[in-house]
Amino acid sequence: MNVQSPPTDKQRIEKLQGLGSSRKRVEDARFTQGKGNYVGDIKLPGMLFGDFVRSPYGHARIKSINKDAALAMPGVVAVLTAEDLKPLNLHYMPTLAGDVQAVLADEKVLFQAQEVAFVVAKDRYIAADACELVEVEYEELPALVDAFKAMDADAPLLREDIKDKMEGAHGARAHYNHIFHWDCGDEEGANKALADADVTVEEMITYQRVHPCPLETCGCVASMDKINGKLTLWGTFQAPHAVRTVASLITNIPEHKIRVVSPDIGGGFGNKVGVYPGYICSAVASIVTGVPIKWVEDRMENLSATAFARDYHMTGKLAATKDGVITGLHCHVLADHGAFDACADPTKFPAGFFNICTGSYDIPVAYCGVDGVYTNKAPGGVAYRCSFRVTEAAYMIERMIDILARKLDMDPAELRMKNFIKKEQFPYTSALGWEYDSGDYHTALEKGMESVAYKALRAEQVDNRAAFERGETRKLMGIGVAFFTEIVGAGPVKNCDILGLGMFDSCEIRIHPTGSAIARLGTISQGQGHATTFAQILATEIGIPAEDITLEEGDTDTAPYGLGTYGSRSTPVAGAATAMAGRKIRAKAQMIAAYLLEVHEGDLEWDIDRFQVKGNPEAHKTMKEIAFASYNQAIPGLEPGLEAVSYYDPPNMTYPFGAYICVVDIDVDTGVTDIRSFYALDDCGTRINPMIIEGQVHGGLTEALAIAMGQEISYDEIGNIKGGSLMDFYLPTAVETPMWTTDFTTTPSPHHPIGAKGVGESPNVGGVPAFSNAVHDAFAHKGLTHTQMPHDHWRVWKTAQKLGLTD
Amino acid sequence: MIPGSFDYHRPSTIDEAIGLLASHVGDALILAGGHSLIPMMKLRMATPEHLIDIQDIYDLSAISIGADQIDIGATVTQAQLIHSEELADCCPILRETSLQIADPQIRNLGTIGGNVANGDPGNDMPAIMQLLDADYVLQGPDGTRTVKARAYYEAAYFTARSENEILTSIRFAKPPAGHGSSYHKQKRKIGDYATAAAAVMLEVSNGSCTSASIAMTNLADTPLWAEAAANALIGSALDADAIAAAVAAARAITNPASDGRGPAEYRTHLAGIMVKRAIETAHARAG
Ligand SMILES: Cc1cc2nc3c(=O)[nH]c(=O)nc-3n(C[C@H](O)[C@H](O)[C@H](O)COP(=O)(O)OP(=O)(O)OC[C@H]3O[C@@H](n4cnc5c(N)ncnc54)[C@H](O)[C@@H]3O)c2cc1C
Repeated sequence: MNVQSPPTDKQRIEKLQGLGSSRKRVEDARFTQGKGNYVGDIKLPGMLFGDFVRSPYGHARIKSINKDAALAMPGVVAVLTAEDLKPLNLHYMPTLAGDVQAVLADEKVLFQAQEVAFVVAKDRYIAADACELVEVEYEELPALVDAFKAMDADAPLLREDIKDKMEGAHGARAHYNHIFHWDCGDEEGANKALADADVTVEEMITYQRVHPCPLETCGCVASMDKINGKLTLWGTFQAPHAVRTVASLITNIPEHKIRVVSPDIGGGFGNKVGVYPGYICSAVASIVTGVPIKWVEDRMENLSATAFARDYHMTGKLAATKDGVITGLHCHVLADHGAFDACADPTKFPAGFFNICTGSYDIPVAYCGVDGVYTNKAPGGVAYRCSFRVTEAAYMIERMIDILARKLDMDPAELRMKNFIKKEQFPYTSALGWEYDSGDYHTALEKGMESVAYKALRAEQVDNRAAFERGETRKLMGIGVAFFTEIVGAGPVKNCDILGLGMFDSCEIRIHPTGSAIARLGTISQGQGHATTFAQILATEIGIPAEDITLEEGDTDTAPYGLGTYGSRSTPVAGAATAMAGRKIRAKAQMIAAYLLEVHEGDLEWDIDRFQVKGNPEAHKTMKEIAFASYNQAIPGLEPGLEAVSYYDPPNMTYPFGAYICVVDIDVDTGVTDIRSFYALDDCGTRINPMIIEGQVHGGLTEALAIAMGQEISYDEIGNIKGGSLMDFYLPTAVETPMWTTDFTTTPSPHHPIGAKGVGESPNVGGVPAFSNAVHDAFAHKGLTHTQMPHDHWRVWKTAQKLGLTD
Repeated sequence: MIPGSFDYHRPSTIDEAIGLLASHVGDALILAGGHSLIPMMKLRMATPEHLIDIQDIYDLSAISIGADQIDIGATVTQAQLIHSEELADCCPILRETSLQIADPQIRNLGTIGGNVANGDPGNDMPAIMQLLDADYVLQGPDGTRTVKARAYYEAAYFTARSENEILTSIRFAKPPAGHGSSYHKQKRKIGDYATAAAAVMLEVSNGSCTSASIAMTNLADTPLWAEAAANALIGSALDADAIAAAVAAARAITNPASDGRGPAEYRTHLAGIMVKRAIETAHARAG
């Protein structure tokens, strides 16, 4: 006999693959077989290709542009310059930061690789050849490269287009190269704390210009359908709805006549939030020619022209008592934004959430001020896997804490423990105004220190230093501790918007008659695995197995409006919308179940995947049965169908945190740094899919390694970009990447429907100071306080040399 | 990063290749593995109108190891150099060096001829060939001649090869049994060229160094054969003083560029460290 016993509760839960399940990524089946569909894969009949003529100079006047030779080349269809865009008023475009940016250089070029002309041709080879034939005559001008000289009285004037506009998007501008001044906190109080302190430390900490360098570069296909007047834009957009609205505002094409689609995206990390000249030029060219235009930048264009990250010069000052209680923080930032202010921050936050710079510490009084300036460098200033300047802030405070620990001759972990915000202080309002939702920092750092055997490591370091003095080794061991608090999930509409668009997000769910479902979100995955994890949230909420839920994002014609994916906002905002939409479905399902079971709604209880009569679980209706009923029963007082949509405006940000500990061994003769071990404990609240969290942490730590140990986009004194190819720009391979050890604690967010906080960016935020602190720690006993990143071989050797450790 | 347009030729004999080269002289370039040339073409730093692909020429693709001499065909790949057990037994530095070039994908295509022929100062094999005192066999319309690796490199991308010649093979004396050798290379990451690198080959008899050769990569616009540094070792017990003298002599002939890998001062310093470590490793392996 073959009697099947009913599944147990555990089996029913497992079948859902809901919250907490390490469900395999559904995206990988296509990605691992090369079946993804990226912008580069899109082919449309009659499609033409665009390519840019770019500036060889950092700063120059354009004296003339001659297109004749290029236009004469067979296969060349058009060559656009600023002159062609002017009649359409499209030679400048608004940036997400309230500035304008030249689409094609207008009389002047302001950074090397700036877009000067757009060539449209039958194929991309002809386009590239024709670019060489466009003759541009330049008159070189003195370049402004050093941000510290931007506001000098005799500094070159960069932005002639706004030279008389001394009221900027964020208040008065103090100089023609000044963009904004923004500050926060109590400067007088912070200065008083410093004046009264037993101990103070001060350091100018530069977070160098780097680039997110996604594997897929930026690109788009623009297609104007002249018959129905509809413009479709496929592109590498991290925020497709925002692109649609911006495109409508600047082209005057009504918004319903624009469709924006983000197909598969090969990594974004902030690089794909902004609007680039290539998008505008492709759209214009398609409108003019009536055929689709494809533009995809190459690697060097990506590194040298599309959005960079960081470039913050941060002067921090800490005040403390002699036994290590921090009494105040003062900091000032000089922010190098390049030639146009094209960073992507909420309108009220021109320096992002840099005022999270009090970190994980209970600092009674603090002040931060930021001045943004123009230089002859590429525009940008995006996140790079960090929520709006949080990684800069975390790097500054985590370095400052270590510097203070040295001065006090205290263990850096102990100093952190001493100053942490205590568990019982949450929700905690920081001196700079953020309300931290939840945290348990002591437990996390204690767990980390225990896991790495911190005391034993410090003892080993004592032995290592003694052996070094005796000449028995040429290696120095460093231990880097970092404890970060992130601020993610932008954000509450009351104070977060981008170009006036509130930063809510959305989810729409339709349950099919046979009990499967489709959900659409306003976000867009670029590798985060949304199709996997958001289905898991729903599975737990509505009792339909994750594998029966299709998840769609990125098409503005079908998805509900949302502000997209960056700043670790998808789970805190769209994830919350998903849970809330699921709850709406469940509420209606309960009414249907009550009708079917002929009981009162209140007599029912939810159980994993069904509603059952309280006290009589035999009497139940599964979600599958309810779904079918919603389509075929005339239920009094209820509309047919089972659908819901939710727009979620988060009441607060979420504040993930973590404790990272890194051990390095440095060869002082070569400057080679070996990462011996790296331990990362992340607390991102409720964990939706532990495997995906681990993957996100691995990726973010690898980026942090790259930034701390090698990445830099620098310019020579006349504005030539250095490191603009992968020959020099440091992208570590598997060989350079150490083994990562991951760990977690779970402190749910009290205001998020499922308690989740977001994790994608934490490892980049916390990783960089952990690596940097480890390098500094190796030399701390020799008196090193601070050196600037990246800690590549020659700079580390230089440090050793300056400390007299080399021969 | 799109190359200009070109015609592609794929001859199957050396004569055919030389003929093609002669008929397009000045406008043609040999294509072997393409892993130096194609990146240059994508940057439009090289704009050949004709590419003559020599990968189909069977005669160029063999490693032959005789009693006293080793002959390596121009299109032998770095992967082939790694996989030849016989070569690794008699001249292990070729495997050791090949394994430090780029990554397996590049080594599967990059050839020894392409690596040494065009005088790219970043490539590793030219210094090794100077270390081994190899001869390059060049064939052109007027026949065949040989040029010493130690005399071949004139400046970055300038060599003794004339435009109408093909490098067909590399020859060198089989290193003596019992020699010790080593190649120490420091780079920023896999796929990067050397910040500094040094090759050492030596023999030791009764505790004393009886022969030595030292060469360095990417520390000037040509590979550097460090004759004085090697002489500082010969006759010594390879003690600290001798090594220090060799290091000083090696550093003295470097003239590196300051670039993303570091300032010249650092690269010169590092050259000495690489030489020192290569001597120590070679010494440990000798005998
Ligand atoms: C990312 C990357 C990293 C690399 N790292 C290293 C490294 O660390 N060390 C290193 O040594 N190499 C490195 N290489 C280069 C690679 O190892 C190849 O050896 C090198 O490209 C030359 O071999 P090839 O067969 O590809 O030559 P090709 O690119 O085909 O040719 C190179 C040049 O030599 C000429 N040429 C080729 N064969 C002949 C011949 N028989 N006669 C005359 N002229 C000829 C060509 O005309 C051309 O000018 C790297 C390459 C890449 C792409």
